[in-house]
Amino acid sequence: MQNIRPQFPILKRKINGKPLVYLDNAATTQKPKVTIDALTKYYTTNNANVHRGIHTLSEEATTQYEHSRKTISQFIGAIPKEIVFTRGTTESINLVARALGDAVVKPRDEILVTQMEHHSNLVPWQQLCRRTGAILKVLPITDEGRWDMEQLGRFLSSKTKIVAVSHCSNVLGSINPITATTRAAHSHGAVVVVDGAQAVAHIPVNVRVLDCDFYAFSSHKMYGPTGVGVLYGKQELLERMEPVQYGGDMVNAVEWFSATWNDSPWKFEAGTQDIGGIIAFGKTVEWIQKIGMDTIESAERTLTLHLLERLNSISGLTLQGPNSTINRIGVASWSLENIHPHDIATILNDRGIAIRSGHHCAMPLMTRLGVSATSRASLAVYNTKKEIDELAHALDHALKIFKPRVTVDVPKRNLWQH
Amino acid sequence: MIDGRLVAYLAYLAYFTYLAMNDDLYKEEILEHYWDPHNHGVLEHPDATAEELNVLCGDTIRMDFAIANGKIMDVRFQGEGCAISKAAASMLTDVLKGKDLQQAQAITQKDIFNLLKIPISPARTKCALLGFEVMKKALCPPPTK
Repeated sequence: MQNIRPQFPILKRKINGKPLVYLDNAATTQKPKVTIDALTKYYTTNNANVHRGIHTLSEEATTQYEHSRKTISQFIGAIPKEIVFTRGTTESINLVARALGDAVVKPRDEILVTQMEHHSNLVPWQQLCRRTGAILKVLPITDEGRWDMEQLGRFLSSKTKIVAVSHCSNVLGSINPITATTRAAHSHGAVVVVDGAQAVAHIPVNVRVLDCDFYAFSSHKMYGPTGVGVLYGKQELLERMEPVQYGGDMVNAVEWFSATWNDSPWKFEAGTQDIGGIIAFGKTVEWIQKIGMDTIESAERTLTLHLLERLNSISGLTLQGPNSTINRIGVASWSLENIHPHDIATILNDRGIAIRSGHHCAMPLMTRLGVSATSRASLAVYNTKKEIDELAHALDHALKIFKPRVTVDVPKRNLWQH
Repeated sequence: MIDGRLVAYLAYLAYFTYLAMNDDLYKEEILEHYWDPHNHGVLEHPDATAEELNVLCGDTIRMDFAIANGKIMDVRFQGEGCAISKAAASMLTDVLKGKDLQQAQAITQKDIFNLLKIPISPARTKCALLGFEVMKKALCPPPTK
């Protein structure tokens, strides 16, 4: 996309003498100047605590803080009261597990997740099951890396209290059928929690269309600062839920032995939040809106197609996940014959290319795929076809370095593939 | 007529050039250990054994020891891992064979980096030291037998 790259100062960096090719966007995206400037501006001219001080700076900070909430609510089709600021997706999901889970889940109730969940949308539910005596169910995925929707009906019943699923897989890139799942889950009275960390920066998201009850995402995966996340919750659910952290700002009246809570969403925001980060996140979302999610989605789809084509043309490369751009974001994981993902990442880093290697915080999914780790390239709006070509060349180079030696016979190599 | 020796020489030259083009990080010695690890496998009745997992990538290494009179008579390792972790473990087993337990226990992390002879970035340190950690686990404190 034109005129995007110059807006990201870090893209001028050289790594090991080569121009940075940043393809680890599913871990965190780089930040545009708009975001960096907003952070600097806040600390240079507006810094004050919010909701309290009767002075100009505090009033300015409060206005901007609440303006961010409004911007972000509009971005996902919600209202400001439905936006709770957290530290990130993980904290958002933990908040639901504590505030809603502990209140409504009873022994032998069921919680449904899928085989492609990130640890952050798995471990909080494991722990909820331990606390409450509920049972964790795991919806399988197909070999193509999609939810097995034919089996969904069998996994849902009146016992299902919470369905916690990812909108997009951080390993496979699949965009999951949230609307259909929500409809099915609601017909059994279950609450639907969506981990949207990998989706919001790449596809248009409207929580009313999805009709999910909660939607969690992080600022830093969508060009914003680290340390800021969002929990969207339907207003009536947030109002019914008890806070999970207590202290300043989340209270109305406090006496020696009791206290009453502030309204939602503020009752979930105990203590001083990352005010500068939240304000800069709001500015980042305005920047995204100016480009337009449809424009971003279509630019990234073109790149994803190119990425899949280039990866598929490398012999000995096994791509995980859907092999088309339909219902798929620009995240691609692969295994390269005989070369460990760590070695691939090291060879690529030598050429200035940043990818992720490892289990991507989805160890059970690695087991399902039958691998211990994969390599992953993930795209953002500032990536180019040329960068993808450089990735492909570097992978060819890695294959050359690791070409089996003449002295070694084939069965010996297979020892490592048990 | 093509001279067989000339062909062999040219092949050697081409192979040498090819090696020289390789990235420094993956020296030939490391790749040789990767493809053809020394002391690979398991022992039927080990006197000491240990296994460790690299949580970063799910790699595992298991090491078995045959020990007699305070001396490592035999050692085998098995596992799944990257070139750095496999090569380091393979090189370590070569060093361990025939060593007294006390000598083995005195091996340090620095010794492992010296064996590898390549720069190891902080992110790859765990890979380089996985075999070393397994050895420590198996031999410190020393097995009673």
